Amino acid sequence: MRILEGEGVTKCFGGLAAVSNVDFHVDGGEIVGLIGPNGAGKTTLFNLISAALAPKPGVIRFKGKNITGLKPHQICRMGVARTFQSVKIFANIPVFENVRLGSLFGTSPGMSSADATREATELLEFVGLSAVRATPARDLTLANQKRLEVARALATKPELLMLDELMAGLNPTEVAQAIELVTRIRDKGVTVFMVEHVMKAIMSVCNRIMVLHHGEKIAEGKPQEIATNRTVVEVYLGE
Amino acid sequence: MQQFFIIIGILSLVYSGWFIEWLLAKERKSILITSGISLLVLALLATLPLYASGYTPILITNLTMYIILSVSWTLFSGPTGYMSLATAAFFGVGIYTAAFLGETLPLPVFILAGGVISFIVALLVGALTLRLRGIYFAIFTFVLVMLIAHLLMFWELHVTGTRGRFVVVIDYNTIYYAMFAIFVVLMLTAYFIKRSKYGLALQSIGQYEEAAAHMGINVTLVKVTFFAVSAFFAGATGATIATRWTYIDPGIAFNPLLSFLPVLMAIFGGMGQLYGPVIGAVIFAYLQEELITRFSELYMLIFGIILVIAILYMPNGLVGLIQKWRKASSGEQHADT
Repeated sequence: MRILEGEGVTKCFGGLAAVSNVDFHVDGGEIVGLIGPNGAGKTTLFNLISAALAPKPGVIRFKGKNITGLKPHQICRMGVARTFQSVKIFANIPVFENVRLGSLFGTSPGMSSADATREATELLEFVGLSAVRATPARDLTLANQKRLEVARALATKPELLMLDELMAGLNPTEVAQAIELVTRIRDKGVTVFMVEHVMKAIMSVCNRIMVLHHGEKIAEGKPQEIATNRTVVEVYLGE
Repeated sequence: MQQFFIIIGILSLVYSGWFIEWLLAKERKSILITSGISLLVLALLATLPLYASGYTPILITNLTMYIILSVSWTLFSGPTGYMSLATAAFFGVGIYTAAFLGETLPLPVFILAGGVISFIVALLVGALTLRLRGIYFAIFTFVLVMLIAHLLMFWELHVTGTRGRFVVVIDYNTIYYAMFAIFVVLMLTAYFIKRSKYGLALQSIGQYEEAAAHMGINVTLVKVTFFAVSAFFAGATGATIATRWTYIDPGIAFNPLLSFLPVLMAIFGGMGQLYGPVIGAVIFAYLQEELITRFSELYMLIFGIILVIAILYMPNGLVGLIQKWRKASSGEQHADT
């Protein structure tokens, strides 16, 4: 089942086409990777899906419904959550409350305070942050701040989770933990769409990979196909 | 004896702020004693005009007015970081509501009307301006004070042909109770907001508005609503105090100083806890009262010096300073992050 699809998605900043006429889709239960050199338009595409930006022209559908032109909070309530390339946690709020906020709003805004508390506790356990639940989020290490963003996004109970460079800036041990976390999220039944530069991660965890270059989709396929694709190799390494 | 009643009144007001924070705390200690003191404080404040005559209720009314303005400002601007300088505008709208409706309607009705009209004005203004951030929002809200004042001035001079208006006079004990009632409602509102998920939402908006929106929070709606709630209290207070002023014109009703004072009081007291702006307002307003009568020429100078010292040495206000001392004495340890 196609959970997310885009047709002719385009976004121009002035004369520059950051994302140009891109068609894409994500199937339910998949982990899809989005790669490309710096400035390829990966984060812009994420911003278009999560409605931080509006495509012009182009149509984006979530579970068959046209979501183009909706507001970010509406997208979230439909079941699309995201993390940010540059971490955007609520720095002065304790870790636990950061996550609880996602439960209280998110896809089920009518949730009772007790249910939200229980759910946030479970999610902190899930990402391994139970020990620091009372700490203000600003005092966490980068790896933990990224985990917190994942927990907060999961708290909104999404069907699709978009991870924007979850592993950037992490050391090899932390990368391994993050990979394991991504597979556990998929096993929970959440579809994952991830932008990543860490090739080891992307190759080992993704079912399918899309490659963007100068805002255009240049390749798509299974990890092995992408690794041997001539255009992709040229784009990354030069001819 | 008057001094004694004044001190009792002030302590009771500060205690109310602390009491709400106590109610909000996760672990509540000494429930019996606190409830006892709270009932006593409530009784004291409710009966103050009966035994403390003359100046005391008037002074306490004045202090309560500043507390309401400062706490209601903090309600919205504290967590969100949207620095509103529109307090004087909503306060003035309340005053003019009293001037227009005071002759024909009973006191509670026109106080409520003052609040509701301010609420509506804030909804409209909020919908227009809350997409502005930082200094732009502050300036726009301040311009709003001028805008409404001059529009009214123009209207009065060219349409109704007056400059100022007389406001119905009501005895000061009644006004004391009206102000006290607004204060109680404000404290309860603050309690329910802080306890609800919207208290958390307001904080998240202040820290990362974009992320808050992606968490499913309708940030525009939340901001506009609580901006208007805060304006309601400024308007209701304006409508109440107008009856003590007997004569008003746009210059008096829309005094820009009333946009800045609540902000300064909140910063001076500390915005993290509810009793911060209460303490700030009490000290400021009392100081103002004393300085004006004793050193009428030096008053602004002394005021300014105190403010400079406060901002230099207490970035988190009085309450922040107290908390720092407490932490230092209890030797708090940090968890492994």
